[in-house]
Amino acid sequence: MNANRFTNRSELIGILVLAAFLVVILPLCLDVFRLNLVAKYLTYAFVALGLVICWGYGGILSLGQGVFFGLGGYCMAMFLKLEASSVENTKIQSTPGIPDFMDWNQITALPFFWKPFHSLTFTIAAVILVPGIFALIIGAAMFKRRVGGTYFAIITQAVAAILTILIVGQQGYTGGINGMTDLRTLKGWDIRPDHAKIVLYFFEVGCLFICIFIAQFIRHSKLGRILVAMRDQEDRVRFSGYSVANFKIFAFCVAAILSAIGGAMFALQVGFMSPSFVGIVPSIEMVIYTAVGGRLSILGAVYGTLLVNFAKTSLSESFPELWLFGLGGLFIAVVLAFPNGLAGIWQDHVQPRIDRLISSRKPKAESAWTDNSVADGAPAE
Amino acid sequence: MFGEYSIGDLGSIFVMQGFAGLILFSVYVLMALGLAIIFGQMGVINMAHGEFMILGAYVTWMTSNLFQSYLPSLFSGYFFLAMMLAFLASGALGMLVEWVLIRHLYKRPLDTLLATWGLSLMLQQAYRSVFGAREVGVELPQWMLGSLKVTDSIEVPINGVFVMALTVLITCAVAYVMYKSRWGRQVRAVVQNRIMAGAVGINTAKVDRYTYALGCGIAGVAGSAFTMIGSTGPTSGQLYIVDTFLVVVFGGAASLLGTIASAFSISQTQSTLEFFMSGSMAKVLTLLAVVGILMLRPQGLFALKVRK
Repeated sequence: MNANRFTNRSELIGILVLAAFLVVILPLCLDVFRLNLVAKYLTYAFVALGLVICWGYGGILSLGQGVFFGLGGYCMAMFLKLEASSVENTKIQSTPGIPDFMDWNQITALPFFWKPFHSLTFTIAAVILVPGIFALIIGAAMFKRRVGGTYFAIITQAVAAILTILIVGQQGYTGGINGMTDLRTLKGWDIRPDHAKIVLYFFEVGCLFICIFIAQFIRHSKLGRILVAMRDQEDRVRFSGYSVANFKIFAFCVAAILSAIGGAMFALQVGFMSPSFVGIVPSIEMVIYTAVGGRLSILGAVYGTLLVNFAKTSLSESFPELWLFGLGGLFIAVVLAFPNGLAGIWQDHVQPRIDRLISSRKPKAESAWTDNSVADGAPAE
Repeated sequence: MFGEYSIGDLGSIFVMQGFAGLILFSVYVLMALGLAIIFGQMGVINMAHGEFMILGAYVTWMTSNLFQSYLPSLFSGYFFLAMMLAFLASGALGMLVEWVLIRHLYKRPLDTLLATWGLSLMLQQAYRSVFGAREVGVELPQWMLGSLKVTDSIEVPINGVFVMALTVLITCAVAYVMYKSRWGRQVRAVVQNRIMAGAVGINTAKVDRYTYALGCGIAGVAGSAFTMIGSTGPTSGQLYIVDTFLVVVFGGAASLLGTIASAFSISQTQSTLEFFMSGSMAKVLTLLAVVGILMLRPQGLFALKVRK
């Protein structure tokens, strides 16, 4: 079979099932409030998707994905905030036309780095480029010197801590600990009412599927195979003449850009952005979504994100005391017992049964399934 | 910036800020020592290190309450007992955690990070359920309050001096245990080559367990010392964990001397900068400098030359 095929049959079925679930079932079953919650969770799914590529395939554990989520989110929020702080909206301030938190902090003119965010085109470019370039700098500095593994994880964590402290400390420029609140319109279109939330939800699901296809493409291309090879035997790949550092930088940048798109979606969906989505705790939680979904599974990341967040919301609503025990226990259980997460359980226990069921009815279908097991044969640890 | 101070004042300010930095340094060293053993020697990323430290702090708090209500006459000396109890409690918890969790994960260091993060969440919630969400502070015995007057304009607090003396003592003890005792040799042998160490008759599983417990126990003592200069809440440990990891990584993971040197430089930079700008900017600049230096010199300040 052609190894470079974009996607194979069972994966296509998986994507269609996910699409049906997100586009048809959820909007029909849930009210707008819950659907908006799902939309919020799905913004994390972008991050989880990036982590599958970077951590699952590339073997680079980044504990700083919140940084990129935050950068993307803040870029979007700056645009929305500027639009919400037009001169007529802010005429009660001592300096009209600047965001309210700047006025509270006695800043009288818009800082220079805010000015380009009047333009939506620039903002969209910034959402992708700012985190991408930042990831490129970090990645180049680290991977060219062959820093990896645990050191990389700790340094990305430190970067997350630095950015959080910086955002909280520079209240006048960033809104401080409260973040940027009261975002209203996107190019004059109000993002707050229910119908806007629904439109945004479908837009987000569309973006998510584009990202899923990109991830699928990376995974099935030669590049994805080099990433896996690099994760398992870095030196051999290096001795074969590949520049390991460049591939790592690429994987890290892709993960960063995906996270940033998630962050921008978050600002649109939820209507605010704050440093509590940037720091170490949210960054590690994002890793957990990926771990629960299965670090090797692109679709698993989406399901893992939804599942953990649903559990988080419902448990913390009804048993606030138990929630952290549950989350902590989940981490430990996933690491100790199910290193490949939900996707691993699915592949080891559920899928064989379905295969048997189908093959006993339609023996011809078997070849497609065996092909799948080869394609998914990325070795578990 | 310096215009409004005379030279004598400036000298005093630097000495006092330096001393504040030394207290910060002591806390960093105490926390980082345990982590240097666990992370530097064993390669386990112990994200729950802060929670082991907080356990020590809570043990100290309970001991002080106990002495206050039942043995008020011995209150002035409770601290020494509290420290031992803190060491034992954190060490015992560490041993349990190693047995249940860590020993399955030695081959997957990145997964120890996730698992111990889960552990830290559970411990935090446990503290919150048992001790309440509010921060608690211990009452210091009379002799630890007040300050020593060195010159007219320079005063140093006694509890700070005590914490520093304690740090020196514990550092020397750890250095002795790791580099001079038979057990320390075994630890280093296991770290360098687990299979060979096992082949020459070292019980590697036991060495691992006690090493981890020792690291956690030192964290407990750090927490105990921490109560003298700050209050303790369920999430206080998390505030220090990144700093501590940076201290260990910056120093060069396998080197105790490096850990001390990096704790010193980081704490001094931070407390000196804090005088000139807001605390958050001082912290940002310090951490940025550390990350920047680590990008240029990933092996840290003091690197052991080992073959991988």
